[in-house]
Amino acid sequence: MTAIPLRPPRRLVDLTLDGEPVRAPEGSTLLDACRAEGKDIPTLCQGDTLTPKNACRVCVVEVEGSRTLAPACSRRVEQGMEVRTDTERARHSRKVVLELLASSTDLSTTPRAAEWIEEYGAEPDRFGADAARMDEEPKVDNDLYVRDYDKCILCYKCVDACGEQWQNTFAIAVAGRGFDARISTEHEAPLTDSACVYCGNCIEVCPTGALSFKSEFDMRAAGTWDESAQTETTTVCAYCGVGCNLTLHVQENEIVKVTSPHDNPVTHGNLCIKGRFGYQHVQNHAQNRD
Amino acid sequence: MDLRFGDSKPTDEERAAVDALLGPPGSAWEGADDRTDTDLRWARGGREARERRDLLLPGLHALNDRVGWISEGGLDYLCRRLTVPPAEGYGVATFYAMFAVKPRPATVVHVCTDLACATRGSAQVCAELERDLGPAGSAGSGAVWQPSPCLGLCERAPAALALRAGEAPQAAVVAPATAGAIADAASAPHDAAAEPPAVAAVPQSGADGLVLLRRVGVVDPGSLDDYRAHGGYAALRRAFALGPAGVIREVTEAGLVGRGGAAFPTGRKWSATAQQPDHPHYLVCNADESEPGTFKDRVLLEGDPYALIEAMTVAGYATGAHRGYLYLRGEYPRALHRLRTAIDQARARGFLGEDVMGQGFAFDIEIRRGAGAYICGEETAIFNSIEGRRGEPRSKPPFPVEKGLFGKPTAVNNVETLVNVLPILIEGAQAYARTGTDTSTGTKLFCVSGTVARPGVYELPFGATLRELLELAGPPETLRAVLLGGAAGGFVRPDELDVPLTFEGTRAAGTTLGSGVVLVLDDGVELPRVLLRIAEFFRDESCGQCVPCRVGTVRQEEALHRLKDRTGAAAAGDIALLREVGQAMRDASICGLGQTAWNAVESAIDRLGAFK
Repeated sequence: MTAIPLRPPRRLVDLTLDGEPVRAPEGSTLLDACRAEGKDIPTLCQGDTLTPKNACRVCVVEVEGSRTLAPACSRRVEQGMEVRTDTERARHSRKVVLELLASSTDLSTTPRAAEWIEEYGAEPDRFGADAARMDEEPKVDNDLYVRDYDKCILCYKCVDACGEQWQNTFAIAVAGRGFDARISTEHEAPLTDSACVYCGNCIEVCPTGALSFKSEFDMRAAGTWDESAQTETTTVCAYCGVGCNLTLHVQENEIVKVTSPHDNPVTHGNLCIKGRFGYQHVQNHAQNRD
Repeated sequence: MDLRFGDSKPTDEERAAVDALLGPPGSAWEGADDRTDTDLRWARGGREARERRDLLLPGLHALNDRVGWISEGGLDYLCRRLTVPPAEGYGVATFYAMFAVKPRPATVVHVCTDLACATRGSAQVCAELERDLGPAGSAGSGAVWQPSPCLGLCERAPAALALRAGEAPQAAVVAPATAGAIADAASAPHDAAAEPPAVAAVPQSGADGLVLLRRVGVVDPGSLDDYRAHGGYAALRRAFALGPAGVIREVTEAGLVGRGGAAFPTGRKWSATAQQPDHPHYLVCNADESEPGTFKDRVLLEGDPYALIEAMTVAGYATGAHRGYLYLRGEYPRALHRLRTAIDQARARGFLGEDVMGQGFAFDIEIRRGAGAYICGEETAIFNSIEGRRGEPRSKPPFPVEKGLFGKPTAVNNVETLVNVLPILIEGAQAYARTGTDTSTGTKLFCVSGTVARPGVYELPFGATLRELLELAGPPETLRAVLLGGAAGGFVRPDELDVPLTFEGTRAAGTTLGSGVVLVLDDGVELPRVLLRIAEFFRDESCGQCVPCRVGTVRQEEALHRLKDRTGAAAAGDIALLREVGQAMRDASICGLGQTAWNAVESAIDRLGAFK
């Protein structure tokens, strides 16, 4: 039996979305309201298991009476609000944000980035060949996961997941300022010297693939990573009595990555080092032992 | 919270610096050297220590002031004392420009290369320093120099500030600066020539009609008695007679609006804070004056520090706050010294503390030093900075009056705004509102710098024109442009000098008063250089939280680099690019920094015909 937490009923507020009257539960965000109406708003730093940081600004929409655009991921619905999601102004900001990101960061493993860049007509190349980039080398300092900050958009999700929102480990934080800001351990120490407990919950929330399993990183480097050839099997972790759901990503009969369903009431997508990385015994085949 | 610390140990000096601030550690859990048997039985202090997180920034200052930089061992020890994760402590330390996490000499010289100093030869000074001391950032002969954003010494430009770490940290202001004077100050900060008194920055001193500046140069800034002899604490007495609601009524009726740049009605802010059911309430005075070309608050703080102490007490009384934080920018050593003295004296004499003036109202003020971050002047970033977090703006709503400092209702006001409350209470709202225009009441301080004969802080009633102000300051013979409002402001042409200096008047003219910067540029100015410097400033000062500002300010600077020597058709492509990026920064950035980062560049292109 799955426990479904019941919440007190919420009042509905009336607002207009692109001219259409809609009702949304009090306290929900504009993004919730848009998605309920089937409107596709791009998001990057928003995560279904985290409090919105509204840092990437790719989800901005126009709210009547507001001087600036509002981030749909965090602005709450209000009675009588008039919201427009597809105005020239909102589309312009989304386009430029995509251009700014794509011109400074490697978005090659960001799901849907290419699609959005095309949809909004973004041209990241127009800032010229000399445009400053993140210019980071992948940090490979342990056997479990890799931090490739060339792909990092500084969405803060990994910091929030590592810190007070989930893991309470606080191994990483944002260091530096402005364009030089980077996700970092103290004094840029390798992970092995940091407080990291290798739960991998940062990988779970990373929207760009900057954080990835070492197995995925190696396979991508070797050109053998093929998501279309992978199956996903959700099972229960056998290590302890909590009963976390694991989703095993399997390619050619090898587990290549482990995630957890975000709507699982036990894990909310989070695991510990055992569930996340402790799968080698499953595939400790004779040929691997040699 | 189960924190993991490295093996680095603090030096004795670092330990002493932190202990001087926090007191000796209570147990080995907090970093004491000897582990006792009791320590093994009980772990204590976690929650208590965490509640002192706001001492992280003062702790970083303590380390930096003592050894000149923040080492792994020192940071670890500070974090252990406050139960702050070391990664977060590192994130905070690297946020501020005045801190270094790599070894550097004890003496650091900040040489201003910002707008006002650039008009007065800062490039020459830097070139000479490079010749004499080596390139910026290179540690030679026990000192290192580095270019700095505006130091708020524009009336004496070019300016430099030498800071020497040690048991008794030293600071020396060198302005006007020459390479020789800077080298002297760097080798012996304590022997540097004394600064001229604050009143030297007030060319109108002694004139009739001064309200905010009337005591500067008249009163002894180190004496509470002298302050009282010149009308001090009459306003607070009147406030106690009126009661909190009465004070708010007076301030509202006087039409006082915020002087920090946003022009929000102060009475409304106070009343909204006072009405919040959540407690405690806080007051924050924003003295993080960092807009390039702004130095009015410094002159007030150095010349009449008690006025701010009194005004903060009034504000605390009106809003129901018992604690006020005075967030002072880190580059103002003299203001810091004067304010510390003033607060100590006021406390000793019962003007601060448990029972202010025997009226049963408890109020005290704590100074928090900034550490070189323009963004911390933003009204929510200032909260994060005080709380010991990275000075990143929060998204609004919720607004500060609802959830501000420590998540509690907070009124945050600029120095000049607060000081205006004194004449309002003494003269009464009606009398105060007779000065100025209908919607901009009272007087305004203007920071006039650049190529004028008499740079300094001027006080004029709202409604005076820019021409009148420039006449007072002695304009250059061939005026090219005036930058109003600082880097986040806009340019005005020589044929627009009749713009009335009011919030509504400048807005109608498509520019802004901002914080009162009036930077005068003559014909000799290279406009593209000025714009590039503005762009560099925003790139350096962007906190990096949101994409439009973090990357947009970089792309803006890159485009202005390309445009440096281009005009006409060759410039058109990059100007179009600037417009597109600028629009996105204005529309989609989280806070005012990103939203205004393109204002000055835009106005230079549209109004001055830059790159034509």
